Amino acid sequence: MTDLAHGGWRWRRVAARIGLYTGVVLVICPFMFIFLWMVLSSLKTNVQQTAWPPLFVFRPTLSNYALVFARVPFVSYAVNSVVVSVSATLLGLLVGLPAAYSIARWKQSRLAIAILTARMVPWISFLLPWYLLFTQARLIDTYWALILTHLIITIPMTIWLMIAFFEDLPRELEDAAFIDGCSRLGMFVRVCLPLAAPGIVASAILCLIYSWNNFIFALILAGRKTMTLPVSVYSFMSFNEVNWGGVTAAATLIVLPVLILTFAIQRYLIKGLALGGVKG
Amino acid sequence: MFPAPAVLALAGIMVFPSLFNIYMSLHEWFATGNTQPKYIGLRNFGDLLLRDAHFVDALWRTLYFTVFAVVVELILGLAIALLLNRELAGHRVIRTLFMLPMMATPTAMALIWVLMYNPNLGVLNYLLELVGVPPQEWLANLYLVIPALAAVDIWQYTPFVTLILLAGLATIPAEPLESARIDGATPWQVLWHIILPLLRPTLVVASLFRIIDTLKTFDTIYVMTAGGPGRASQTINLFAFQTAFEYFHVGYAAAISLALIVLVFAVSGVLIRFRRQAE
Repeated sequence: MTDLAHGGWRWRRVAARIGLYTGVVLVICPFMFIFLWMVLSSLKTNVQQTAWPPLFVFRPTLSNYALVFARVPFVSYAVNSVVVSVSATLLGLLVGLPAAYSIARWKQSRLAIAILTARMVPWISFLLPWYLLFTQARLIDTYWALILTHLIITIPMTIWLMIAFFEDLPRELEDAAFIDGCSRLGMFVRVCLPLAAPGIVASAILCLIYSWNNFIFALILAGRKTMTLPVSVYSFMSFNEVNWGGVTAAATLIVLPVLILTFAIQRYLIKGLALGGVKG
Repeated sequence: MFPAPAVLALAGIMVFPSLFNIYMSLHEWFATGNTQPKYIGLRNFGDLLLRDAHFVDALWRTLYFTVFAVVVELILGLAIALLLNRELAGHRVIRTLFMLPMMATPTAMALIWVLMYNPNLGVLNYLLELVGVPPQEWLANLYLVIPALAAVDIWQYTPFVTLILLAGLATIPAEPLESARIDGATPWQVLWHIILPLLRPTLVVASLFRIIDTLKTFDTIYVMTAGGPGRASQTINLFAFQTAFEYFHVGYAAAISLALIVLVFAVSGVLIRFRRQAE
């Protein structure tokens, strides 16, 4: 009798567990479905694309990807995106890391608040003046215009993310370096930066992603020569007849590196979100 | 000395253009032809607040979009956080999958949504038909366009709310929950009287982040509807953009962008005060 009751209790636990995991899967599915639909659509021919009801099972084709590379100067747009996001990220680190260190070490909370405030300002209010100034200086459609405006994304982000990492560094190590005759700058470069390396990599990747994703600056400040990928995929839409195979294939190619990088830094992202949320 | 480069850089790329933006807003200024900018004092702001019905409409639309999206994100995000807040095998993979919508390039994903919303070949109408909902013209319908755009924001950022709330839930001590359960409290009572009050600071932070960003939404709306049909989805941000880059009325656009800044700061100010009271 007790055995039976015990067995029943165990079964109920297993059933609850199965119910829980079913619930988790059901919750995740809608969020993943958009990605699934993107990839599926990119593998369809034009006829399959317009089929009703929409096809979930079909013979896949890679012709859309071939078309994206053949018809659109996709590679040169990708090069533009890489040049802009990598330059903006490196410059952002160069300028942002010492600032983050100084805020963390000397508790310059006013500077931290200023940077948080800067993140609240909509980008349109930076874009308007920069558009007029770059037009005057004939810098529209140059890398300079894009990199400079993308620093608006990368510098505050680097500083904001790195403050927490520098705060966690043990102070004793710095004092020891000081006693050994290191200068402030030498100590920062030789002791602090290597110790904060994981955080620096995570911040750099996050800056890369946000710069890569940016649309509004390149939409106005880029032209034929410097167009970046998010703008190029949008320009697919301006034709009367939308080629959905091409659009979805291009979208997949643009989003894929972002998804891979997200997986690479997931541990730091989760921690960063937790810190941002709890400390506020 | 250490923050000097950053301070200089930010002064150059953000503070200086902000001041220039204010200067622009005080002028009748067209970015085309050879008309000179003309100083008109605060007239742009007067026009905006008193005479421009488009601005007032855009303001209400922005608030409607923001409230719609953020309220759903908070409720859904909390529900999912409560579901995930236990020992789960593969919890790291689950959390990473959840992060993908907010990291993926918004313009690219917005185009996928346009395809899914398509009334003729879109998968959304098909799936809804299966459960008995008649087909809709989502982005072409004056009344559905804002909820349809908000759905994209909800898809992107509900996981953000969930992840922040999970971090908040992790800091709630186990004892009060245990003792409440032993005293025979129902799960609803535990949620309402113990979890939610303890989670309030985290909830306020999550809403603060979401409200600030949702008020400023640009990419998704611009790509999916460009403010249409008509002006049915023209938020303040789009109004400023289109005034500047379709009508080249940059002085007026600068005034609109300043109004957006004031709106974002005012709303955040109220929320931050609310948070202080909660503590």
